[in-house]
Amino acid sequence: MISLQRLFSLRTRIPSKSTLLALGILVAGSPLASAQELGDHTYATEAIERGSRIYSRECALCHGPQGDIVDGVNLRTGLFKTVQSDDELRRVVYAGAGEGQMPAFGLNDTDLNAIVAFIRAGFDPEGVAIRIGDPVRGKSLFDGKGECADCHRVNGIGPRTAPDLSEIGAIRTPSSLQQNLLDPAGAILPINRPIRIVTRSEETVTGRRLNEDTYTVQVIDSNERLRSFRKSDLVSYEISMQPSKAPTTLSSDEVADVVGYLLTLRGQ
Amino acid sequence: MKLVNASVRFLLFFAGLSAAMQSIAQVPYDRILNANQEPQNWLTYNGGYMSQRHSLLNQLTRDNVENLELKWVLQNQVFGAWQSNPIIVDGIMYVTERPNSVMAVDAVTGRVFWKYRHQNAENARICCGANNRGVAVLNDKVYMGTLDAQLVALDRVNGQVLWQTVVGDVNLAYSVTMAPLAVKDKIMLGVGGGEFGIRGYVVAYDAETGEEAWKTYTIPGPGEPGHDSWEGDDWEHGGAPVWITGSFDPELNLTYWGVGNPGPDWNAGQRPGDNLYSDSAIALVADTGELKWHFQFTPNDAYDYDAVQVPVLADLVWRGEPKKLMMWANRNGYFYVLDRTNGEFLEGKPYVQVNWSSGLDENGRPIPTPQPEGMPTYPGNQGGTNWYPPSFSPSTELFYFSAWENYATIYRAEESEYVPGQAFLGGGFSVLAPSPGAPTIGIGRTNPINNWTDEVGYASLKAMDPQTGEAVWSYNQFDVSDSGMLTTASDLLFTGGREGYFHAIDARTGELIWNVGLGGQIVMAPVTYMVDGVQYVSVISGNSLSTFALRN
Repeated sequence: MISLQRLFSLRTRIPSKSTLLALGILVAGSPLASAQELGDHTYATEAIERGSRIYSRECALCHGPQGDIVDGVNLRTGLFKTVQSDDELRRVVYAGAGEGQMPAFGLNDTDLNAIVAFIRAGFDPEGVAIRIGDPVRGKSLFDGKGECADCHRVNGIGPRTAPDLSEIGAIRTPSSLQQNLLDPAGAILPINRPIRIVTRSEETVTGRRLNEDTYTVQVIDSNERLRSFRKSDLVSYEISMQPSKAPTTLSSDEVADVVGYLLTLRGQ
Repeated sequence: MKLVNASVRFLLFFAGLSAAMQSIAQVPYDRILNANQEPQNWLTYNGGYMSQRHSLLNQLTRDNVENLELKWVLQNQVFGAWQSNPIIVDGIMYVTERPNSVMAVDAVTGRVFWKYRHQNAENARICCGANNRGVAVLNDKVYMGTLDAQLVALDRVNGQVLWQTVVGDVNLAYSVTMAPLAVKDKIMLGVGGGEFGIRGYVVAYDAETGEEAWKTYTIPGPGEPGHDSWEGDDWEHGGAPVWITGSFDPELNLTYWGVGNPGPDWNAGQRPGDNLYSDSAIALVADTGELKWHFQFTPNDAYDYDAVQVPVLADLVWRGEPKKLMMWANRNGYFYVLDRTNGEFLEGKPYVQVNWSSGLDENGRPIPTPQPEGMPTYPGNQGGTNWYPPSFSPSTELFYFSAWENYATIYRAEESEYVPGQAFLGGGFSVLAPSPGAPTIGIGRTNPINNWTDEVGYASLKAMDPQTGEAVWSYNQFDVSDSGMLTTASDLLFTGGREGYFHAIDARTGELIWNVGLGGQIVMAPVTYMVDGVQYVSVISGNSLSTFALRN
């Protein structure tokens, strides 16, 4: 019988300094000019910063600090339910949407422009500089020396055991990608931590979680099988705080190239 | 001839019907006052004036609860968190739906008799979703507060509007999300808008006419005691909303209310002083609204620690002495026991990790330990608990509620100017996550995949002993829970969680006896009632209200 209490006590909750710094500025990274289509629009830094303040005041309560809390909407990456253009964005913020699910905010034009600027800039008020190298060199490093393709799948090629990276350039900031290479233990999302399960029938399963609740856990195992377990059927269930990958040994130029390649991965 | 006979019978039938109509069961004040004498009904938001959410029904027991089966489902027609608490009167359930509809439902089949839709003003503004938490019933009327800050009285038989009155100014972002409270001949309710710089109040209306009977501001005006806990004109837009239904002690003739956060939410430095009566419990005389006492949980709050929990009342022998108690698991992470005759602080202890304060002094006032900028504050923005209704069981003498464990927020304060009707928050916050950009917990759950995991917080159902202020047992869930509680005389505890499991737990030991996955977040408490000798238990999960009873 597995002890939930014991599992919970394995958690470490002392945030690293880098975690706190990153949280403090909402989302770190360079302007997502590269990661989000801006079309003809350009936005002033002041507008983006103003938008950041308005966002945290007016929007973050429902949309969340990353803009991804409302189902079917990811403001940071430009996934909306109905709007496409900046004008439509302004209109929804001004007048509300979804029969009162989103209230009308009635902001003035300056503030509306600022909020649109912040959203279109991928939530990056600071523009931390991350070196972005050559995507072509980056791809060959990804496939070869960097050993990324040993576990990650891109556009239908490669194993599924690690998260698929086909859209990673659209959903991650450059700084997050860089940190994943340099400090994977500090960057890994909790759901992706490696797990090891021993069942009552003495089967040992390794892999990563896809989903979990109080009584069950859903897993993709090392053989790429989708497995679902009742926790009450498990002899042990361990979640490793260490990711399966170690910090990269690539040079800083090479890291910049891989980041440059990853940013081109924006889905089919 | 037969035809004539039939007509005569028909006439007789109608004569009988109109005679019966004179005595159609209504819900006079006396019935609500003695709600525990008719456990087959659920007559107020929290099941009775003591707000114990404890039913004397005992058909469902430890031994047979595994035989519960689904009897019917009512599907919500509107998406979004369904936080409504049903009222059940003599086999009819009154339940609200977003944004402001009321349905009268056959409690045995789930079929709808009538549905009333309130059309909200276009400019209604609510911080945290178009929520409504239910109705009050008194005599022959059903009462609902609306998002555009009105109180609507409906004919309980046909759902027609009898009167409608303005509770607050929708242009200034006043709103109502709570179920009203019916006491004697009055309907009482409070206003939301703590994120928009309102000045909160509790207001009572004549239940027959809708005429205002009294109105008590939760921020004292010039010349009133407590006004000096504010500086300058801060009090005019200092928040202190009331958005959860209160309780009532008929012997003391006092109604009790939890008051919400001061505004702007996160910049306490902008409003120096204790900011009374924000984040307080207040006791108001039922007939006049006169403030009898207050107890402030979080003076000069910088964390949005609304005291909008249900005031749970109990008469207990407390540490050897008979006491009229009020129990309160507060959003600020402390569990309190108060003397409800005078608001005296009896006991208070943290029930989750707390670092904004290092403890309570002998009067229950917190010793503040604000965290350096950029460092996490425990409990986080949604609190150690929130508005989800607890239960107190007179049988186990334990207090049950949903807590959020290991959940923290990093706050950022900034100067903010009050603009009428606009958000007035004074900064922002982010939820502490284990890695940069990791998914975190939101106000509700809309994703079937939990990719934030328990590393940003998890649920702990706690059974508190008011004698010690400590948990006797706790029951954890992987995701956090906004579910309320229901206990029964047979020592069953029913509750839910964001994962959508509906649980029956042994109220004495915390042992799970039965559960079923309903698939959608449970963000209200279950209710129980009885019709024709069958005990039902109803719970809302996602967009479905599911009702269970024992297999035939």
